Amino acid sequence: MNLTLLVWRQETPTSEGSFKEYKVNDVSPDSSFLEMLDLLNEELEVKGEAPIAFEHDCREGICGSCSMVVNGKPHGPNKLATTCQLHMRSFKDGDTIVIEPWRAKAFPVIKDLVVDRSAFDKIIQAGGFISVNTGAAVDANSILIDKESADSAFDAATCIGCGACVAACPNGSAMLFTAAKVSHLGLLAQGQPERYSRVINMVKEMDAQMFGGCTNHGECQEACPKGISIKFISRLNRDYLKGRLLQIVQGSGMKAQ
Amino acid sequence: MELNSKVPDGPLDKKWTSHKGKIKLVNPANKRKYKVIVVGTGLAGASAAATLSELGYQVKAFCFQDSPRRAHSIAAQGGINAAKNYQNDGDSVYRLFYDTIKGGDFRAREANVHRLAEVSLNIIDQCVAQGVPFAREYGGTLSNRSFGGAQVSRTFYARGQTGQQLLLGAYAALEKEIARGGVKMYPFTEMLDVVLVDGRARGIVTRNLRTGKIESHVADAVLLCTGGYSTVFYLSTNAKGCNVTATWRAYKRGAGFANPCFTQIHPTCIPVTGEHQSKLTLMSESLRNDGRIWVPKNKGDKRSPSDIPEGERDYYLERKYPSFGNLSPRDIASRAAKEVCDEGRGVGSSGLGVYLDFSDAIKRLGRSAIEARYGNLFDIYKQITGENPYESPMRIFPAPHYTMGGLWVDYNLMTTIPGLYALGEANFSDHGANRLGASALMQGLADGYFVIPYTIGDFLADHKPDGISETHKSFLDTEREVKERLSKLVSLRGNRSIDSFHRELGRLMWDNCGMSRSKAGLTETINKIPELRERFYKEACVPGSGEDLNQTLERAGRVADFLEFAEVMCRDALDREESCGGHFRSEYQTEEGEAKRNDDDYCYASVWGKSEDGSPKLFKEKLNFENVKLQTRSYK
Amino acid sequence: MILDFYRSTVGKKIIMALTGAALLGFVVGHMAGNLKMFGGVGADGVHKMDHYAEFLRTMGSDLFGRETLLWVARAGLLVCVGLHILMAFQLSLINSKARPVGYKSQEYQSSTLASRGMMFGGIILLSFIVFHILHFTTGDLHFRGFEYGKVYSNVWNGFQSPSVVAFYILAMAALSFHTFHGAWSLFQTLGVDGPKLNPIIRGVALVLAILLFFGFVSVPIATSMQILSAPIG
Repeated sequence: MNLTLLVWRQETPTSEGSFKEYKVNDVSPDSSFLEMLDLLNEELEVKGEAPIAFEHDCREGICGSCSMVVNGKPHGPNKLATTCQLHMRSFKDGDTIVIEPWRAKAFPVIKDLVVDRSAFDKIIQAGGFISVNTGAAVDANSILIDKESADSAFDAATCIGCGACVAACPNGSAMLFTAAKVSHLGLLAQGQPERYSRVINMVKEMDAQMFGGCTNHGECQEACPKGISIKFISRLNRDYLKGRLLQIVQGSGMKAQ
Repeated sequence: MELNSKVPDGPLDKKWTSHKGKIKLVNPANKRKYKVIVVGTGLAGASAAATLSELGYQVKAFCFQDSPRRAHSIAAQGGINAAKNYQNDGDSVYRLFYDTIKGGDFRAREANVHRLAEVSLNIIDQCVAQGVPFAREYGGTLSNRSFGGAQVSRTFYARGQTGQQLLLGAYAALEKEIARGGVKMYPFTEMLDVVLVDGRARGIVTRNLRTGKIESHVADAVLLCTGGYSTVFYLSTNAKGCNVTATWRAYKRGAGFANPCFTQIHPTCIPVTGEHQSKLTLMSESLRNDGRIWVPKNKGDKRSPSDIPEGERDYYLERKYPSFGNLSPRDIASRAAKEVCDEGRGVGSSGLGVYLDFSDAIKRLGRSAIEARYGNLFDIYKQITGENPYESPMRIFPAPHYTMGGLWVDYNLMTTIPGLYALGEANFSDHGANRLGASALMQGLADGYFVIPYTIGDFLADHKPDGISETHKSFLDTEREVKERLSKLVSLRGNRSIDSFHRELGRLMWDNCGMSRSKAGLTETINKIPELRERFYKEACVPGSGEDLNQTLERAGRVADFLEFAEVMCRDALDREESCGGHFRSEYQTEEGEAKRNDDDYCYASVWGKSEDGSPKLFKEKLNFENVKLQTRSYK
Repeated sequence: MILDFYRSTVGKKIIMALTGAALLGFVVGHMAGNLKMFGGVGADGVHKMDHYAEFLRTMGSDLFGRETLLWVARAGLLVCVGLHILMAFQLSLINSKARPVGYKSQEYQSSTLASRGMMFGGIILLSFIVFHILHFTTGDLHFRGFEYGKVYSNVWNGFQSPSVVAFYILAMAALSFHTFHGAWSLFQTLGVDGPKLNPIIRGVALVLAILLFFGFVSVPIATSMQILSAPIG
């Protein structure tokens, strides 16, 4: 296949970027989207030109590194797939493909298609964990969890932290990411002691990282390569409201600021 | 090189307990005065960093990814073993220990493996407490499945994403400690060398991948948790970023590298489709429970599988290993696939593939039953190949997956360099010559959560903080050497891409140091590698500078290290004149083509050290089996 | 604590949802009241609409005095509108700051014109509300013989202007779109959600949006088309 690519090129975080056109020829329809970019990059490299910087690692859809908006959709046209799992047979010979980085204030561009997603780590640091030190655990089967809650917690826990939800959201909101972690831990017995302080602190950090607010467009769940549902956002809202009400009733007894 | 394994005395099942009771401790108030560096944030690294910080040490953690959550442990699918015996099916610590030793073809250290089986119990407790959403039964208890030919159900799992969930648990613990201030995290930072002061590891030199800044970090101990080196084959199931640089740099500074030739080739991966291919995707081993593996009986039969009548198919695993059939262990199934493809009976356009056929299972159980069991795997297959495995058989082929070899460590996980530790896949580990399914996750977490937190104290108690800083001569010297290496790479202006060299090396290694090895092939490869290395420095091209994000430069450094490391790997394979586990020497096989182990001459761990003149020199740690009897593995 | 709640995006959304719910209740009641325009003249010779308006002024008067409850309701509505607008404004600002650089091409998959146009629709509604109060409540912008208390006549006369009718219909279309997304969204924001519940909520939101539109525009259309008779006297 022969393709035309329009790729966002930006040398440094502060420099002005622009779209640059590239032709790639003889692309195998069996190759993945990233392998197609590899092909182009190798051509650029031997010409002594700077290859297109993009993040990738596992190339099997689980590490969450790859992150590009392909033809207006995060991770490209296929549902439930990361960019590394997108294959060229999903395109037609002669197509023009527009490739852009994630766009969000909280995800500043570092170079070309590489953005800084450390804001996600900051949200986790605010409470996306259960405070149990190594060695302090009771026997695993002494904590019983009904299968439904365990399965639902797992559905939320499949988040790979790629940021497609933020990239897709017209508001640049990280609610799906935050809600997935809040729900994963909030659905489990082990997560109950910190349930409300967790949601309050994580939302606070999410706001501090300059993500937008949720207006229930639902774009995030369409873009999510793991199919995480916006029902978890609703769950976060519920827990947040409950947590704040508890705070008001109980005074400042909770860990949350 | 002195190889003192420091295995404690006493009966096997009391060694770890008595060792813990005897080793030196660091007073809680003093722990905060010690600095520990952890390189890599996979299962081993994240769990170690979090736990050491909880104990009070000042930890600095490093990863080259943009977040510690992306380490390649995340891609493990099947599960994690633990001798909990929740299924009441007769499992025990001893049984897990024995299975692991036997699965490793009797090339692992007994005491370490037994400890691994012991702490497997604590790992599951710890992970559940952290909120890892393991699969559960309706009664709310944890669910188990059997795996990798074990006779008991001891594998805990979280759908096909166990590695992800365990890593996210360890990552959460790490983030908790980062928030508390116990760990300082350096993402997007690659370790490029270890710094030794008076023969002791005192820190590392790193490159910030965003800014290109070279920095030194001082510590009282350095932990390498940097994973395996399967990407020496270029194509493997490992992530693109996996590399040997950290452990190879440690080797260059004097650490012993053990059993580098012990690599595991996983039998069920999606075959290569062409030159463009950048990595191979694993399909869970569980598929072999219901799929039948076959190739055409006749060479070069290019008919579509549905046109090949039953009588002209060769179900070779069922034919050769009637009692284990399609469920033969990984090393055996992989080799058998290679054999039929070498005979010219492989399928697919490349001829490097065998069929994994579900049509019988679909007939017997119905499509919906197969969909319930393997639906997500079938979807992945379809996504990658564009073929529907419900209608035509899958094509699979073996691929490099895991490396049992790694830095040599003693019972305390310390390498031959004092103060330098190796954890997880980065050490030569507990898996001998072949790893059992669902044991990698167990080992990574055992090392990080439950071994190093104890054993590091024994060393630190004797090595009080002494105020050495980054301006010490050794740091400045190492920094300078790192910069020189980088400037050499960044000045490469040839006409060949870095990846083309990596592919060439990978091909060479796969052909000669892959599933089947021979004296002739290895000798030839050992001669070819230096020549390839020379061409690399002449013909490779690295555009851009070292002053900012330069992914080509990163790859160039890793490939350059592979070009050195590969040679030691081949030397090791050449030295080991026997076939055991994943290491198969074509000269050493039975008449039926099975591996022939030689316990009289090769019951040792091969430890390669850098000699005075820079060439690799072999040292041996004799393996003593006092609790298990050496026997031949048979799956007939 | 309340201040922290107010400062968070989720808190702001919850305030929007609660005030939105109150306003939605109000417009449904208002629409039902409007339909009194079709009620004709009662036995006492007073139009049903004027009767209803008088009821609004006198409700609770035995206990609190005339118009007290009406003013309480008006104050409540004003607070709701005020908060709703304030939150909308702040959130929009936060949201637009969250994506300073947009995409060259973006393909939407599930968001609707309604969900993306909440701000635009809201601005139309705000300007409409201001006009509407000056038009029918105070009469400052009526210009066609406004008389305090004579609701039927004021409305009938007011809708003789085609531009007023056009603006009214436009505003009601905006209200309809606003309701279509808002009536569903508010449940999500308040955490009321379920796989069985969601289609029902979506359905109710759609029905409400349609009912509100037709209920409200029926009056100006019927008036301007002279289906409703001119006020007597």
